[in-house]
Amino acid sequence: MSDILQVRGLTKRFGGLAAVSEVDFSVREGGIAGLIGPNGAGKTTIFNLITGVYKVTAGAVTFEGKDITDTEPYKIADIGITRTFQNIRLFKNLTVFDNVLTACHASAGYGLFDSLVRTPRFRREEKVLRDKSIELLSILGLADRKDAIANGLPYGLQRRLEITRALALDPRLLLLDEPAAGMNPDETEQLMRLIADIRDRFKLSVLVIEHHMDLVMRLCEHIVVLNFGQKLADGTPDAIRGDKCVIEAYLGGGDE
Amino acid sequence: MSSYIEGIIMLSGINLIAVLGLSLLTGFAGLFSFGHAGFMAIGAYSAAICTTILKLPFAVGIAAGGATAAGASWLIGRATLKLKGDYFCIATLGFGEAIRLILDNFQGLGGARGWPGIPPSTTIWNILILDVIGVALLANLVRSRHGRNMIAVREEELAAQVAGIDVFKYKMLALVVSAAYAGVAGSLLAHYMTFIQPKMFSMVKSTELTIIVIFGGLGSISGSVLGAVVLTFLPELLRAVDKWRLVVYGLAVIGIMIGRPRGLMGGFELTPASLRRHFADRKEAKAAKAAQVAEDAELGKDGL
Repeated sequence: MSDILQVRGLTKRFGGLAAVSEVDFSVREGGIAGLIGPNGAGKTTIFNLITGVYKVTAGAVTFEGKDITDTEPYKIADIGITRTFQNIRLFKNLTVFDNVLTACHASAGYGLFDSLVRTPRFRREEKVLRDKSIELLSILGLADRKDAIANGLPYGLQRRLEITRALALDPRLLLLDEPAAGMNPDETEQLMRLIADIRDRFKLSVLVIEHHMDLVMRLCEHIVVLNFGQKLADGTPDAIRGDKCVIEAYLGGGDE
Repeated sequence: MSSYIEGIIMLSGINLIAVLGLSLLTGFAGLFSFGHAGFMAIGAYSAAICTTILKLPFAVGIAAGGATAAGASWLIGRATLKLKGDYFCIATLGFGEAIRLILDNFQGLGGARGWPGIPPSTTIWNILILDVIGVALLANLVRSRHGRNMIAVREEELAAQVAGIDVFKYKMLALVVSAAYAGVAGSLLAHYMTFIQPKMFSMVKSTELTIIVIFGGLGSISGSVLGAVVLTFLPELLRAVDKWRLVVYGLAVIGIMIGRPRGLMGGFELTPASLRRHFADRKEAKAAKAAQVAEDAELGKDGL
């Protein structure tokens, strides 16, 4: 299988500080890759660079063979990449259903005039969007909460809703930024199964930032380790587990 | 109907159109503007030029008023919509005042003395018809993907972007539509008053529109309608207290904002469906309470 995402020599400097420097890695099509590293290692910065939230200082990002470096964030979704955020960013005052329905917008093509006078095209396409939203909510187990206000959901479900909203855009690559943050072991276990499930059902690739080592080691087929903005190691979970540099970065010191 | 009452109804109908536009921009797209009187002025003067100088029909004048205001807003939007929150607000304030000062100093259209002799073409019927059309179009817009995208921009800009929403485009759409509404309102006002003067479109007017939108409730069209009617009538009802009326008006607005911080109808729409739901909820709550009481009585009988 080929690589769906390739990152080459990716560098981001904020003034004199190199938040990310010369990072290379790739995500295989249909694979689940993990991005790990201590706090401040530059993981979220890499997500922001891939999705165009930050401008790249140097290097290139390639998606399905096309160069997408410095594409506007809103175009990234059209290209086929969506993400979630470390600190959940839902449309807080809207219902669960409306959160997903809003994200479905790209599946409809009706114009402003169709909206203003409610043409048959508008009605037809709106129905498709609504059905699609309901279907997604059922798959992700949120259907019974569809009329709840997003802000009032329990934390775990807010995370789940954010993933649902991302899926509404039919991505081929899903970027998850610490999806298990603040979850108990039980919820983490559920989440892990959910991510694997989503990958199989929606035929997409996943790149996940995570601190729960247990989750990363069991879920990911390929792991990239960052430290101080640089790539430390890159390989299968087993290779990473035995890597000297990684152990040193995470546990500090070595041979004492 | 006395012509006095009719006059107030017409004024509140005209205000309503401008308020509807501002409601889209502020309540749904989350952008505050303190320059909407500027768009009303552009609409008023353009419409007056069409009917008075060019002798075109009134309908053409209204259309021209809306279109020129929309065009002006597009230019302003290009220059200022990239600004974040408060800065955009200040830019609109400057725009509104600039328009007023330009008109003040442009003698060709009467300057500061004003422009009399505009035909009295506005009737209560064309106001009411435009009100209905205005509400219907706006309600359709906010319940479409375009409207939802504007709401998403208001709720969480970054998440909206990542969800593939072109934030700039939707802010611009909200601004242009809202300016078109203001332009139409200005055209109607000019042909109702038959006299226009730059002073009528000062910052006080812009602020009044914003107060009505917030008073009615952000993100609620029915709130805007209610707000426009109540706040246009209120100063008239208060004529009895003479020079204290603006003080009472101010106190009434403050009172509502303390009692209902989200405005009269914040986030809630008055539609047949929402009313039905409301009453169903109340019935359910009543039934639940009755069941609870029955259960308590039952338990009491068992000596618990």
